[in-house]
Amino acid sequence: MCKQPSVMDVRRHNAGFCAEHFLKLCRDQVAKAIDEHHMIEHGERVLVAVSGGKDSLALWDVLIELGYDVEGFYIGLGIGEYSDESGRYAQAFADERGLTLHVADLRADHGFDVPTAAHVTNRVPCSACGMSKRHLFDAAALDGGYDVVATGHNLDDEAAVLFGNVLRWNADYLGRQRPVLDARPGFPRKVKPLIRLYERETAAYCVLRGIEYIVEECPVAAGNKHIGYKEALNAIEVQSPGTKHDFYFGFLRNGVDRFPSDLEESGDELLRCVRCGAPTTAEVCAFCRLTERAHGVAPVQLGQKRKAHR
Amino acid sequence: MRVLLRNPKRELEIAGPVSVGVLLRRLDINRESVLVIKGDTLVTSDALLDDSDTVEIRPVISGGCV
Repeated sequence: MCKQPSVMDVRRHNAGFCAEHFLKLCRDQVAKAIDEHHMIEHGERVLVAVSGGKDSLALWDVLIELGYDVEGFYIGLGIGEYSDESGRYAQAFADERGLTLHVADLRADHGFDVPTAAHVTNRVPCSACGMSKRHLFDAAALDGGYDVVATGHNLDDEAAVLFGNVLRWNADYLGRQRPVLDARPGFPRKVKPLIRLYERETAAYCVLRGIEYIVEECPVAAGNKHIGYKEALNAIEVQSPGTKHDFYFGFLRNGVDRFPSDLEESGDELLRCVRCGAPTTAEVCAFCRLTERAHGVAPVQLGQKRKAHR
Repeated sequence: MRVLLRNPKRELEIAGPVSVGVLLRRLDINRESVLVIKGDTLVTSDALLDDSDTVEIRPVISGGCV
């Protein structure tokens, strides 16, 4: 029985943990997720999608602790001071540990940023942001010869996405919500090793490991549906600890295989983008279409009112 | 005690002694959505806070794109 003072209560385990045992719990949960879902083999080259937030930095740290060969990839999204500060946390984490962080920048490399993309598409910023990140992480992994891309999606992220998809019964999205997306032509394998950890736990991991990360919320994500779903689930969780865990893992156990698992099964044939060669269902992929639409458009400042752009 | 809150950043003065759990209930904050940090140490909800303490209530919910 440990005699050290408890610093972290994990109510779904009905237990309090000292710092040392809590850090061990986190590493064990990540190792279990990797093992159960065959995410990564030792010796494989892993590219971690790094944002400068708690999840991606905790993930990078745990994977290094578990002995994996990991490098990071950060994308500057041009979301004002928030992006500048996120980039500084990511770079500081890598520098302090002698790790390799690859850096790309939407504005410098592709001529637009997330606020401008939201303006030209007249859609929420998170839409262009997510699409751009997926495209660039896939390309970086394939170009760099990595075996797998690891992302910092935690159990709260997965439960919130599941909640949103169930509310609307989005069958295509439900079928693709898996801890591992296998490699296909044009796509690297993608894995989510943090699926067994609540985000409160990844944040605590960072505090206890002395990892500094950007605490402030992304200014363009504030108030989005995803955060609303998380708050709704936490309102249930506080009354019934373990609900988020049971919701998500019950779905993996009993639900996900009832839905089509990828684009091929949904009947869409994949082509090659005539601009960049990425897999796409159209002649030009969504990222290249966005790049073309945003070309020459003056940068949009954060908070500027969105309006239709034709 | 000084209580530091985020999003937006602000500071409150709360009289102690009070437990972390009671403090969060008083501020209407869901304990599943935050960490409480006293000095540079995490504290659990039964920890007692005194007038001389400085605590940060750090939100953990992030809304990154998925």
